[in-house]
Order: sequence, then C-alpha cells, then structure tokens
Amino acid sequence: METGPPSLADGTETDIKVMSVLAAPKAAGLSLWAMLARRLALGLVLLWAVSLVIFAGTQILPGDVASAMLGQQATPEAVASIRQELGLEQPAAVRYVKWLGGAVTGDFGRSYSNRQDIAKSIAPRLKNTLLLAAMAAVIAVPLSIGLGILSALHAGSWIDRTIGLVTLAAVSLPEFFAGYLLIAYFSVTHFWLPSSAAVSDSMSLGQRLVVMLLPCLTLVLAVVGHMMRMTRVALLNVMASPYIETALLKGLPRSRIVWKHALPNAVSPIVNVVALNIAYLVVGVVVVEVIFVYPGMGQYLVDHVAKRDVPVVQAAGLVFAAIYIVLNIVADMISVIANPRLRHPR
Amino acid sequence: MNRLPPLTPLALIGLFGAAAFVLLAAFAPWLAPHPVSAVVGGVWDPPSADALLGTDNIGRDLFSRLVWGARVTFTIAALSTALAFLLGIFLGFYAAVRGGWIDQLLSRLNDLMMAIPTLIFALVVLAVLPKTMVVLVLVMATLESTRVFRVSRAIAADLVVLDYVEVALLRGESWRWVILREILPNALSPLLAELGLRFAFAILFLSTLSFLGLGVQPPIADWGSLVKENKDGLLFGVFAALIPGAAIAVLVICINLVVDWMLQKTTSLKGTRRNG
Amino acid sequence: MAELLLNVTDLEIKAGAETIVHTVSFALEKGRVLGLIGESGAGKSTIGLASLGHVRQGLRITGGRAELNGRDILKPMQRDSLHLPGASVTYVAQSAAAAFNPAHRLIDQVIEATLWHRLMPRAEAVERAISLFALLGLPDPARFGDRYPHQASGGQLQRAMTAMALCPKPELIVFDEPTTALDVTTQIGVLAAIKHAISQTGTAALYISHDLAVVAQVADEILVLRNGRMVERGPVERIFQAPQESYTKRLVSLRRAEKTVQAGGDETLLRVTGITAGYNKGASVLQDVSLDVIRGETLAVVGESGSGKSTLARVLTGLLPAWSGQLVFDGKALAPDLAARDADTRRNIQIVNQIPDLALNPRQTVDAILSRPLAFYFGLKGAALRQRVSLLLDQIELPATLADRYPAELSGGQKQRICIARALAADPKLIICDEPTSALDPLVADGILDLLMRLQREVGTSYLFITHDLAIVRSIADSVVVMLGGAVVRSGRKADVLAPPFDPYTERLIASVPEMRLGWLDEAIEGRTRFQTPEPQ
Repeated sequence: METGPPSLADGTETDIKVMSVLAAPKAAGLSLWAMLARRLALGLVLLWAVSLVIFAGTQILPGDVASAMLGQQATPEAVASIRQELGLEQPAAVRYVKWLGGAVTGDFGRSYSNRQDIAKSIAPRLKNTLLLAAMAAVIAVPLSIGLGILSALHAGSWIDRTIGLVTLAAVSLPEFFAGYLLIAYFSVTHFWLPSSAAVSDSMSLGQRLVVMLLPCLTLVLAVVGHMMRMTRVALLNVMASPYIETALLKGLPRSRIVWKHALPNAVSPIVNVVALNIAYLVVGVVVVEVIFVYPGMGQYLVDHVAKRDVPVVQAAGLVFAAIYIVLNIVADMISVIANPRLRHPR
Repeated sequence: MNRLPPLTPLALIGLFGAAAFVLLAAFAPWLAPHPVSAVVGGVWDPPSADALLGTDNIGRDLFSRLVWGARVTFTIAALSTALAFLLGIFLGFYAAVRGGWIDQLLSRLNDLMMAIPTLIFALVVLAVLPKTMVVLVLVMATLESTRVFRVSRAIAADLVVLDYVEVALLRGESWRWVILREILPNALSPLLAELGLRFAFAILFLSTLSFLGLGVQPPIADWGSLVKENKDGLLFGVFAALIPGAAIAVLVICINLVVDWMLQKTTSLKGTRRNG
Repeated sequence: MAELLLNVTDLEIKAGAETIVHTVSFALEKGRVLGLIGESGAGKSTIGLASLGHVRQGLRITGGRAELNGRDILKPMQRDSLHLPGASVTYVAQSAAAAFNPAHRLIDQVIEATLWHRLMPRAEAVERAISLFALLGLPDPARFGDRYPHQASGGQLQRAMTAMALCPKPELIVFDEPTTALDVTTQIGVLAAIKHAISQTGTAALYISHDLAVVAQVADEILVLRNGRMVERGPVERIFQAPQESYTKRLVSLRRAEKTVQAGGDETLLRVTGITAGYNKGASVLQDVSLDVIRGETLAVVGESGSGKSTLARVLTGLLPAWSGQLVFDGKALAPDLAARDADTRRNIQIVNQIPDLALNPRQTVDAILSRPLAFYFGLKGAALRQRVSLLLDQIELPATLADRYPAELSGGQKQRICIARALAADPKLIICDEPTSALDPLVADGILDLLMRLQREVGTSYLFITHDLAIVRSIADSVVVMLGGAVVRSGRKADVLAPPFDPYTERLIASVPEMRLGWLDEAIEGRTRFQTPEPQ
C-alpha cells in the first residue's frame, strides 16, 4: 500500500509517548470512565515523580550548590551564607517536602539572583509563553494535518514527494537558523517586521500580535514537519489494513475510503501526534524566545541557568515539565475516547 | 543481512554531505588556513582571498573557525551518541530479555526520565554541574540513552517472544548468549536507522545548548557557538553570520536523507501481502 | 445448458518479472459454484481478485481476458459501467474480523456498497440486510447490525461478511478461504450457512480454499491449481472418483492411513496431575489438567482455539510455571519453573513449534542452528560435530549441502524438518509438538507426519502432539486427550476416545471434521441439528 517518499518516522525527540507504558494493558475490562480516571491518577503520580527528579537533579548532584552558584567568587563566608539562606543545612528530604509543599500552593520562594518572588515573576511570563505556543499551534495543527492527509491521499505522487522533501528540510532546520533566516529576510532586508519581540504591557493586542509573528512562524516551522510526517504515516498505516481492501472491493473511490474508512481509525494516532508536537512546541519555545528576546518562560529559564539561580531553575523546570505531562495526559485521554472498542464495550 | 535498498540520488547527496562533514572534522588542522583563535582582520570583514567567508565578531577567520568547529561538533555528538547507544541498547535488551520486575523497574525509570523534555532536563542539570566537555557528553548521552532504551527494548521485546529465542531459553542459554547471538543480529537494521536519527538529534541538541551559551564554552567553539558569536552581525546586515547555522541545517538534512533511504525498505514492506 | 456468467481465458498475472498466474482459463455458469483449490502460492487469491477486476499492489495482468456477461472486466471503463467491483461481483475475505472496519456499525458496512452503487433506497437495503442476517442464521437479525465488529464472534462476522457480499444482489461472489480461520465446530455452521444462502439466492460463486474436503461440500465444479498453473478441472464427482493428475490423486487420498496402536507400552514417561495455570492472577487458563505420556508413544492433545492446549505446552516446558499440580518426568518430580530444572532435564524435553519461520533464527545457518545444541549439551567440537550435523540432516531426509543455507533459503517443509532435527539433536526422551503441521500445505504436512512417525519407530522418542485436527490424531496417536475451555473432557487410548459412547463435545467435534467425501456436510448438518445453538459470543 505504501510507496513514494519514505517516512522519517521521527526526527527528534517528538517520538516520545510518555504515557504509553503507563497505560498498561491490564486496563482491559475497565469502563471508559474508570480508564480515564486511572490515567489521570497515573499522570499525577508521574508529575510527582518528576518533581522528585528535578529536585534531585539540582540538589543531590556532585558538587555543592552553593559554591556552584557563586562560581569564582566563592569565599567561605559567602558559601556559608547561601547555604543558610537555601536551608542547605537541613536534610535533603526536609528541603524537598518544603519545596514541594510551596510549589503546590504556588509559592516557589525567592530568586537568589534578584531577590524577587519567583511565582510573581513567572505568572506574566507563563502567560506570554502559552500565548505564543497557542498561536503557533493554531496555525501549525490544521496546516500539518491537512498536508499529511493530502500527502497520504496522493501517496507516491509528485505532491507527496514534494511535501515530503520540504518537510524533511523543515524537520532538519535548527530553530535558531530558521529564526535568523526569517529575521534576515523580514527584518534586515525588507524592514517588514521587527527582529525583536520584546512585548510589554503598554502594547495593544494588535501590536503584540505583529511583534509575535516571526517567533510564531519559527515555531510553526519547527513542528509542522514532524506533525505532517507523523500524520501521513499514521494514515498510511491504517490504509494498509485489510478493511481498506474490503472498501476498495466495494468499488468505493479513494477519497471516500480515506475519509470514511481510514480517518476514523487514524484519529487516535493523529491526536497523539498533535499532542506530542504541541508538547514539543512548549520546549521549542525556549530557543525561540531567546532568539527574539521574547519575555517568556524560556528566556527566564535560560537566563537563570546561566546565573546558576537554582530556585528559579527548579521552579521553571517544574512548570515546563508539568505542561508537557498535562498535554500528554490529555492526548492519552482523547485517544482512549476515540477508540470505538472502548466507547462501545461488548 | 537485510540488504539496503538501492541508492537514490537523494541518498547519494546525503551520504556525500555526511562524508564531507566527517572528513572536515578529521582533517581540520590541514584544511583550516588560520589557527582557530587568530585575529586576522577587522570585525565582520567581508569575504576576501585570505578569509574565504569573511571574519567574525572579533576579526577571526570564519572559515577556519567553521572547520575547527566541525571537529568539536563531531566529537561531542559522536561520543555522546555512541555512549547513549551502548547504554541504551544494553539496558533495553537486558530489560526485554529478563522481563519481570527488572523490566518493570528499568522501564518505569526510563518513562520517568522521558517525562521531562530533554532540553529542560539538560538546562536544569547544567545549572549546577560544571560546564566542561566531559559533563556535556555525559548529560547528552544520558538523555539520549533514554530514547535508545525505549527503541531497543521495543525491538527486543518483539524478538524475545519469537519461538527461536524461546528455544534458546529452553535450552538454558545465558542471557548474554540470547542478547548477543539471538537478538542483536536481528535488531541491527532497525537500530542502524535509529543511530542516524539520534546522531542528527545530538548535533541539533548540542548546537542548541551552545547557542544558548550553556554548551561548549569559549575559547573552544562548536558550530552552535559560532551561531551565538555572530548572531548580532546579522542585524548589521552581515549575511555571513547565517553560515554556521546553515552548515548545521545542511548537515542534518544530509543525515536525514540517509536515514530516510535506510527506512525506505522497512516502510515499503509494510502492507504488501502476498498469499495464494 | 445454463447461461455463461464468467469466462476467463489465458489469464496471466505477474509480480515484477515473476509470473504468478500462468495462462489460467475457466468458465462459470450462472448460479453455479466453482471451487478453486491449491496450496499457498498457487495463485488462488490472485485469480479470485482478478474476477472482481482487481489486482493487488505490485501485481499486473499481462495477458488473457476475463469477461463477465461477455464484457471485459479487465478494462477500467467496462468495470465502471458494470459497477465492478462491489455490486455485480462481491468478495468475502478470509478473516472477517480484520476485514470489517472497527469504527463503524456492521449494518452500515453491510449496506454501504448497495447504497454507493445506488441499487436500492436505504430502507430497502436495511430490510434486505436484516433478512440476509436471518438467512445466515445470525442471532436477533433485526438488531444484529447495530453491533460493532468487536462485539461479534469470528463465526458471526464471517456470516455477516457473507450477508454484506449478498446485499447488492450480485451475480457472483468470490469466497476467499472464508472458513479457514475458524475452529472446526464453528466452520461447519458457517459453511452450511454459506451453502444455504448462495443456493437460496441463486448466486454464482468462486469458492477458494486449500482444503479439498471443504470445497467439495459447496462446489459443483473444481479447478485444481499449483504454482499458478492449472492442474485439473472438472465436476466435483469426477475429481473425487477419477482424479487424473497425480497431484490431484494425492490430494484426494490425503491421510487415509491410520496408525495402529500397539498394545503393551505401559511405562509412563510424563505424568501430569491436577495442573492449574494461567497468565494473569485470578484467571486460570488450565484447570485441573491430568494426563500421561507413555514411553515411546504419542499422546495427542486435541482442542480448538481457547482450549488451553498451547498453554499446556508452555507449562510443560517450564516457560509458564503451573500454579498447582504435579509433574513427574521419567520417575522424578519435574520443577514447574524452567530456571529450576537441571540441564539434563531441559535436554530431555524438546519442542517443535507451529510456525517454522518464527522458530529459526534468520541470521543463523542451518549448520549453526543444529550445532549449537550439540555443542551445548554434549560439548561436541570439530569433526565429531560436523559428522553429527550431517547425520541429523540425513535423518530428516535433507541433503548435507543444506547446512550452509539460511532459513530464508529453505521451503516451509524444509524449515520444519530443521526444527525437528534441532529437537532431535538433544537426544530427548520427549518432544512436544505444538501444531507442527498446521501452517504447512497438506501434502507437505503429510511428509512431516511421516517423518515424525518414522523417527519414533527408529529412536523411540515420545511425543506430546498438540493439534486441532482429528484427522491427524487418527493417523499418529496412541492415546488422546480432548480439551475444552482449559479442562480435559475426555482421555484414554485412541480407540476408546474416538468411539461411542461420546460426551457431547467430542461427538460434536468429531461430527464437525470435514471428511473427504461428497455429501458429508449435508449428513453432518442433519445429524447435528441438536447442537444447532449458535456458537457462543
């Protein structure tokens, strides 16, 4: 059934299906609601475990956090004062419980480098980041699903080959190269759009959107290739099923076979593909924000990694991981709902 | 041995590009006209006979830095990918062959690692670890190995239930024999494509970290560092500043073309049935 | 003389440069049934699909004609005007479970082609579908169509697929091994339903199967195919009574031989007592299974899918430790877990699997496959090892030159022989044969059974032979165990088990096995009416 340009089954890390193994086959026989509840619960457990990993990653690694933060200027007095301020005298378990307790109630403590309340700094940045990611998703999702279906419909034709080649290039472009390429064309050569996306509160929504156009386009380029290729493969996998031959032998035209017989069965893999790539968007945003000086979570995280500001890094890391996991849970739940075997139990 | 599909023009381009990169990295000292940190001109001079691609943000020869940078990029990406494969394949096969609680434990731990986006994980860890090349290789290898683990465990889990592996288990063969003689030879082709994918990803990942200033530290520079050093030049209309980024893009496209060609066989086999 | 419906002349189909179908010709009259019979690779499905004007990807028709009512269906233009495929010619696939789309209700799929080709309005199509459901003996016909495919059993889906094929009132239906994937006790009902439905509706049919006994029950005429060529064609009575080609003769006389049970063997090699086992806690697959294997004899374990017979093999090999019960092998207690068994015990229990393709490592040569157990168990090396390998190949009737080949370079029968040789290499007391012939073509399977019997006479190995096929049981077994739903329903010496008085299940099982004679189905259905309850959900 499959010919034409082969698939880059997965290009970068978007091939992760975080929840797949958690959704153990044991779940067979549960009702739909029980299954959804079970996955939600598993997701929460995962989230908790991730908090443990992030905490451990910054606290228990070799080397002393305090001296790492100070770097060259690590006088014994300064180290001691930081250790006290961070509560490093206490056992790690106690510090973890305190940190997690705070995080759950929205209290991430204060930044070491600028003494500001981390939660207060995060709130507006998180909003900016989500806005950017959402804007990119709104463009990228319909575009790539459309291209994926088009490609699968014409599998093996020149349309398929062209789309395949273009998306292969898109998959291979690092975000920073794509971003600077757009800047070179739209900002440097033609002065159409600003190269900086430093939005501020004083800007109107319209101004914001104009400024965000280039970072948004860069993000779209970063995910569209994967999403399209994975949609195409999901659809072609379904097209190889025996029931597609049945439809063919009923004398149905290819368009009806794709829409009526293949797509309903490809919903669940496609939803997964979309969710994975939206999750990837949330990560890709880090680089894009740095390129365009966009005041979001990514820029905030990178800045404070450079300053070795551990409390901020922990908080931002946890927020990123949480968004990522929540998107995965949602994807997983949608694909459960999309499965006719679960919607109509025997 | 599953033979590879016949060469296509695109695959040839990809192989050629990848080979050129390896040669560039291997023969950097002979190919680079200038020492890596020698200042040979003004800031962002246009291309000339002496500096083929012009000079960089402090007047060093961009072409020479690109050649030397290939060496750094190749070394770190290759080392971390090799390490990731050793670790990931071993643990993945081991989990699949042993099954039971060993498999459960390793798989759940791996799920946990994979639940945190790679870049975020790397940033969190690099916030406290010293920024040396060894740390960079180890961090990248650890994160990549989770992906390799997942793929190789899945491949091995498909193989381990096959009757010929069961026959070996029934005979009483050790898990070393099962992994080395029964599973590995049959897992090589899918793993080869995966190796290409992961190497491409390692290059992108390293470049991204260096671009963010958290990867390779000055005075050493990989291709990502060159992007970072020269990015402001673009705003002054120096288009040569795009070259390091373009080099990364071309290299990754080439590798992906090769991977696509290798995967062609597995994909095109799918769904062709012949009976009676 | 009835009117000519389908006329195929000199049909030739190629896959790349290889010819799959060589100049095949046949004709079919309205309302008649032609049986296409042959082994795998005979080109039966390809010919069947060509009768719908369809070729699978990678194949192309390179010669000949196929005419339906005098119009060439190999020409796309003609196909459209004939509403082909899907209306005048329809198709029933081997696995209905895979051939139905899991996302739609059965009724919508059954009437889809009828509506698409605008043959009747929706209400009428639904009504016709319901009456077809009734005709095919489906439960609650009025509401059966509301189910999704996963809510129906395999036998029901096969009947529903036949209803789907009949719905557009076609002139011809192509049945492609419609009962091959079913258990025999389910097969007989579906077969009867299909036969009833096509004769009631007067539809012509091409009935494709590898099983001559099955085809003979439905077909008026038979076309025997082999390697894409026609072997013989004729009315079914003539083929049975006076087959002309030697291939057909062998097919007709398949497995008439019966092993005569020797009295006297009474030394128990393996005693299984009260075994209960399963994969998930709380859901046992085997319940209280007991059986004895006599030294030097064959114990056949018979059962249909879900009877637990393969699970029993896993329990005996120690891959799936039993929850409770005892195993005694060669006078000593046998540890339930493979890891707890010593090397000698492992050596003495060997296995031959169902699908030889999965049982041989594709990256090892025949020599490596056979050498390993010899080196592992007996420490053989060098010339002694080579000598033993060629001796083994000789024992399984294969030339020593095959030693350097990889499994992919062998035929299915040769592969299964290598598997037997590998088991034999360990010089075991017991070989567990798990359906070793069910994936092979009938004649090849016969050769394997002969080999196993010869080896038993020569070497004295005992077999525990798992099968679903009572004909095989007759020809190889000394004792028989009949399993149903994970429990033993009947056991004893073959003559006792296969003779009345029967328990209901064994009686039904025996009555369901297709017999190589005409009229078997009608008689069996007659005698079976008391079991006419639809098969379980």
